[in-house]
Amino acid sequence: MAEIRVEGLVKTYGAARALDDVTLTFPDGGFFGLLGPSGSGKTTLLRAIAGFVTPDRGRVWIGDREVTSVPVEDRQIGMVFQNYALFPNMTVAENVAFGLSVRGATRAEQATRVAEALELVQLGAYAARKPSQLSGGQRQRVAMARAIAPRPRLLLLDEPLSALDKALRVDMQIELKRIQREVGITTIFVTHDQEEALSLSDSIGILKDGRLIRHGPPREVYHAPGDAFTARFLGEANILTGTVEAAGLRLPDGALVPGKTPQIAVRPEALQLSLTPVPDALRARIVSRVFGGAMGTIVMDWQGQTLKATGRDADFAGLPATGDIWVTWPADQALPLV
Amino acid sequence: MMHRLGRAYLGLILIFLYAPILVMAAMSFNASQFYTLPFEFSTAWYAKLAGNAEILAAAGRSVWIACVVTVISTALGTMAAIALFRHDFPGKTVLRVLLFPPIAIPWLITGTAMLIFFFGIGLGRGTPSVILGHVALALPYVIVVVSARLATFDRTLEEAARSLGARPWKVTTAVTLPAILPGVIAGALFAFAVSFDQFVVSYFLSEPGDSTLPVLIYTAIRKGFTPEINAVSTLIIAVSMAIMLLAARFARFGGED
Repeated sequence: MAEIRVEGLVKTYGAARALDDVTLTFPDGGFFGLLGPSGSGKTTLLRAIAGFVTPDRGRVWIGDREVTSVPVEDRQIGMVFQNYALFPNMTVAENVAFGLSVRGATRAEQATRVAEALELVQLGAYAARKPSQLSGGQRQRVAMARAIAPRPRLLLLDEPLSALDKALRVDMQIELKRIQREVGITTIFVTHDQEEALSLSDSIGILKDGRLIRHGPPREVYHAPGDAFTARFLGEANILTGTVEAAGLRLPDGALVPGKTPQIAVRPEALQLSLTPVPDALRARIVSRVFGGAMGTIVMDWQGQTLKATGRDADFAGLPATGDIWVTWPADQALPLV
Repeated sequence: MMHRLGRAYLGLILIFLYAPILVMAAMSFNASQFYTLPFEFSTAWYAKLAGNAEILAAAGRSVWIACVVTVISTALGTMAAIALFRHDFPGKTVLRVLLFPPIAIPWLITGTAMLIFFFGIGLGRGTPSVILGHVALALPYVIVVVSARLATFDRTLEEAARSLGARPWKVTTAVTLPAILPGVIAGALFAFAVSFDQFVVSYFLSEPGDSTLPVLIYTAIRKGFTPEINAVSTLIIAVSMAIMLLAARFARFGGED
């Protein structure tokens, strides 16, 4: 177990900056999600920590040890790959034992640790199978067991659940979280799925164009995104721009709404709708009502901009299919952006 | 209609390719020395072949040389293919392209060049030169066949092995080689066939009295023809075809397990 730290990491591929001066500390024993659109550098950052990518500049620490120039095989990491990368010529038990045997564990030690690891992922009965005889979810768990068995100082997960179908993914999220808690190992994972990041992580970091633009506990980042990109990328956001006045934010159509910065984000679940005129409200038009099971979304048009409000579908039952609607939000729900 | 024409065409091609070989094989079982018909079945020529010490010695030498060439060129070729697969370096594409001329250049020219070269460096003619020459001819085949297999190899398997603490040699032996083994075997069979069937380069590089089987056959034909040659040629063809069928099986169909 160890705290991981990267400092001033830079990696360029030709003209493209995959990592642009990234400095970040991953807390000991934490579950850290790296999040960003494709090409944002999140995978490059993970691979730089693993040692598969050599940064042009900057340094990487695992615990007290600087590993910037240490080869992958000496970093004592465990890694789970997107396609699991199980060795097809070996059984489940041989796969899990691989990291132990190359590090010189005795046969008896290997057997104990393999049994432990397979027990942890609840695949004790599958030790003798070949990877080709397993389902996607089982392969995922074997990959976890294989990564954990040598007791690495750090666990790296590269889009660990993206190859699974949605129902299975939710089960595996719970499973992953349980395993990580039981082992207590510092874990860094990369995902493009924001829901996955929010539900799994203790902390998240958001990357864009190779730069770390925001990091912190998921709730904190969600409720104080700080900039328009983060607000839109993590959950949905209605973003409004106007001029700041003493009493609030003056929007182009003249409405004076709560807000203390020229640009604010309001989460769809924070919007309050009224069919009768309300002071200091946006006057919008209903475009459509989207049914999403328990939750529903009202799509509206305001001055050519699309606004979205979400809530329990039942609460929207009284709304007409079209027509004017007045939109407000509590002052503390106007999230300031820079 | 087109379908039937196609089949007839294929049939003609096969006849064109194999009729001479079949005639030769048939004659090796004919009792008459002068190819006279009617055909009278006999294994006399094979019996005579078995008693021909010169031919047997040449055959033994051919097999021995082919085995040495196979081991050397498979080892070197597989390592080269893995290196080309793993690393990006300047001139990699040029290097890959340079692998093909040895396959395309006429062996007569390659043989002449090798002879001049080996005399130039003082090695001259002899079995070491024959082996070196054969390795040079077989190497591109091994690299091409193993590279084809590597093209379908998932390199995250190597990364996974490294992340688990495996050093490069262990990664190669425990993960990469088992995955590409069918390609390596196919490459080895090609190398064996290239060496075993090689005439021109062997003829240029071998010393008189130290010839390989194809060279001996050529010399024997010039002296005077006996159906023994048919018999030994039939055996060579059987061995070569068996090797090529095996190679095709490993190279093409050995893929999915």
